[in-house]
Amino acid sequence: MTEGILRQILDYSSRADPYPLYEELRKTPVFHDGTGPYVLSTYHEIKGLLHDPRISSDSRNLTAVAGDPLSETGEDEGEGVLPPSFLKLDPPDHDRLRRMTNRPFGPPHSPRRVEQMRGELGGIVKGLIDAIAKEGDPSRIDLVEEFSYPFPVTVICRLLGVPPEDEARFHVWADTLAASLDPDPGADPAERADKTKGARMELGMYLAGLIEERRKNPTGDMLSELATAQGPDGTMTTMEVLSTAALLLIAGHETTVNLITNGMLTLLRHPEHLARLRAEPDLGVPIVEELLRYEPPVQLLPQRSTLSDIEVAGVTIPKGSSLWLILASGNRDPKRFPDPDRFDPDRQDVQHLGLGSGIHSCFGAPLARLEAALALSELARRLENPRLLEDPPPYRQNAVLRGPRHLPIAVDGIRD
Amino acid sequence: MSGDAALERLKREGRIVVVGASLAGLRAAETLREKGFSGSLTMIGDEPHEPYDRPPLSKQVLLGKATADRTALPRRLDIDAKWRLGVPAAGLDMKARRVRLADGDEVEYDRLLIATGVRARPWPKPEEGSLDGVFVLRTRDDGAALERALAAGPGRVLVIGAGFTGSEIASACRERGLAVTVAERGDAPLVGALGGVVGAVAAEMHRENGVDLRTGIMVTALEGDSSGRVRAAHLSDGTTLEAEVVVVSLGAQRNTEWLTGSGLGAGPRGIACDAGCRAFDIWGIVTDDIYVAGDVARSPHALFGYQFLSLEHWGNAVAQAETAAHNMLSESAERRPHVWVPAFWSSQFGVNIKSVGVPSMGTEIVITQGSRAERRFVGVYGYQGRVIGAVTFDQCRWLDFYEQQIEQTAPFPPPYSTVDRRPEGNRPLDADFPDPSIPTHGPTITLSGYSPADRRMKFTPAHN
Ligand SMILES: Cc1cc2nc3c(=O)[nH]c(=O)nc-3n(C[C@H](O)[C@H](O)[C@H](O)COP(=O)(O)OP(=O)(O)OC[C@H]3O[C@@H](n4cnc5c(N)ncnc54)[C@H](O)[C@@H]3O)c2cc1C
Repeated sequence: MTEGILRQILDYSSRADPYPLYEELRKTPVFHDGTGPYVLSTYHEIKGLLHDPRISSDSRNLTAVAGDPLSETGEDEGEGVLPPSFLKLDPPDHDRLRRMTNRPFGPPHSPRRVEQMRGELGGIVKGLIDAIAKEGDPSRIDLVEEFSYPFPVTVICRLLGVPPEDEARFHVWADTLAASLDPDPGADPAERADKTKGARMELGMYLAGLIEERRKNPTGDMLSELATAQGPDGTMTTMEVLSTAALLLIAGHETTVNLITNGMLTLLRHPEHLARLRAEPDLGVPIVEELLRYEPPVQLLPQRSTLSDIEVAGVTIPKGSSLWLILASGNRDPKRFPDPDRFDPDRQDVQHLGLGSGIHSCFGAPLARLEAALALSELARRLENPRLLEDPPPYRQNAVLRGPRHLPIAVDGIRD
Repeated sequence: MSGDAALERLKREGRIVVVGASLAGLRAAETLREKGFSGSLTMIGDEPHEPYDRPPLSKQVLLGKATADRTALPRRLDIDAKWRLGVPAAGLDMKARRVRLADGDEVEYDRLLIATGVRARPWPKPEEGSLDGVFVLRTRDDGAALERALAAGPGRVLVIGAGFTGSEIASACRERGLAVTVAERGDAPLVGALGGVVGAVAAEMHRENGVDLRTGIMVTALEGDSSGRVRAAHLSDGTTLEAEVVVVSLGAQRNTEWLTGSGLGAGPRGIACDAGCRAFDIWGIVTDDIYVAGDVARSPHALFGYQFLSLEHWGNAVAQAETAAHNMLSESAERRPHVWVPAFWSSQFGVNIKSVGVPSMGTEIVITQGSRAERRFVGVYGYQGRVIGAVTFDQCRWLDFYEQQIEQTAPFPPPYSTVDRRPEGNRPLDADFPDPSIPTHGPTITLSGYSPADRRMKFTPAHN
């Protein structure tokens, strides 16, 4: 039965509901079909590997594995142009770059940065919804295009310190790069690669210019701080700032779009929770937490490899193997979460894998959580009688960063 | 009455008394209520305060980041207890099932939980220890008093003993810009808990942060001025050190004196109990109605050769209290063992230190990740060919893995390669623990293989 199950997971027809496939996979906690990657689908095993120092995230340790259906679509945020971001590095390089990036972003050095953005984020959310109210067609609103896509890019612009007048250009590059992560089987690959490369170059040059400027006249935004900080780890090179900025852009963008879209989709399918959220905006926080378990934007981590032979659940995975860690499946493991297929924001014990765990756990988690909670609470409050026009909606091609490509809804109106 | 019925009755209308109203006591009480205990619950505590948290005392409070009265433990639920605060328990009548209080009152119980913890070991010479400016740090009042003394900007602080608490105090002093000397009888800070290899890293941390660290040194006497204020300390190398504030940080003593003569197996090493938290009497026979938890308990651990462990760890107090509470309300077949893998954390000089297992049982150490020179590393302790403990400096996200290695009695030295393995990490080193017969300030963890309830054991204070 598990024959070809990896292909099935990647197959577009499974996109709307991959969970039955995951359930099937969990019967074999360490699945290996002879040639491809070792696939981990159960909670405790995945969690263990995320804390296992014998697992590498450095793509240079990942020899392209025959039969790994994902290694054929190896686009990433800066391939060939930029040094790998810390997402794809092991300690000590990973630790150093992540530490330096964290200084201007979170505790202990910048404990309030994210919280201080709350008002600004609220303003962006309000602006986007106002625009829908003014220009949108209440009988057909695409929440992805009109809301959940533009929101995180605008946030990243503000965080990095992209000047408002450049935000529009930035959005175009970001969209092109994001599209490259989501192979469209219909499009001409060469043409698309060209377009992506162009956008990457332009964005890179733009950011490099901005970094130079901020080096001379720091303005307190993240780019200034990354470019000028002189902490115990020294100073980042321009190339390092560039690859870090590219990482923040792509990772901080792709995931949040899906978190918000999956969130609205789930709430529209569970109107009782949507109603609760409308009455009680603070519920946004537990709702987002349960969403990260129930419909995580990053479904699997496909680029880890083993530095030693390791034994997991009675199976020895040989040194040099490629691993897929299916976070979304671990999140629905009944051995860990009672009644896992139920969306239940009141769940008490929700230590999900939606943001990973261990040293690579989502860097932007505090920001993503805040963005999603604000967005969902505000949509719940302002949309009058929202309903899904297509269920399931059309999904994106991408099986790793999974989410609807469009979320067409209709509303009776938009409250002030 | 069948056992079942008796248990149901206990749950419904029994009387449970908790002595020691702090972390372990509160968590046990909450667990009892969560498990449906609706009888009467009495919390006896000698401190006047409701349960509060101690770790912030040496961290936030000494830095002036939190005031001592703001460290109350969060409540998970209303425990609906009779609080007897500010009055110590003074005796126990096991036969009559009664706790006697210092004010003469008596409280009857059907089940008793003892969670009286430990107290700071005082300076051995009382007249010197009572000089103005001499402190210990265990309670909220200690924390507030020491914070006031530091805020006044003394010319020099002397910390006696470089265990975890002493090191954290020194770190806080430096963060406040105060001159501080640390005198440690052993060869390095933290040597009792983590051994000399890691202790050497801690020593560097002290020195780089401007602590005047003196190891292999004992303070022999404290000297006061005519108004009774401490002014100097005499050291075993013949020198004298002037200091306006002296913090005595020489480990802890178990609060068991109140049980003397009760027939319970309680003594200077704590109260011995079985893995289900039931206390032993002096004959080594397990009691049915008296349970212990937290710093005062000493219990056998299957993972560590059934050695009796006394752990002064926050997490241990919580887990043991929950187990004790569960077992108090359970039939024998439903009782659970306390098999918590020891885990401890500390933060000092901006470095987050964590350990799992029992490093002090280790004879060898391997640096499996990172490097000591960068003060970011994982050290794995080996004992008879297996992994027995691990410590991390600013690398705590790997700890779950090493905890599993300990649980699985994985082989030592670890045969696998890891990320961030440096050349120095391929060779096991002697972990370099001090000879246990030579006292230091006292390690955080004390292990002993003696039979429980050996009350003739001679108690030698670490310093005299
Ligand atoms: C400054 C400081 C920093 C610490 N930092 C850490 C850390 O970073 N990490 C960590 O893991 N652990 C740390 N600890 C240890 C942790 O606080 C203890 O393990 C924990 O408090 C133990 O809880 P307990 O309830 O067993 O004992 P205690 O908290 O000691 O409570 C026992 C209570 O019983 C009372 N009592 C004693 N005798 C009697 C009597 N006869 N009658 C009535 N009441 C009595 C005591 O006064 C006390 O209130 C720290 C401790 C201190 C003091």
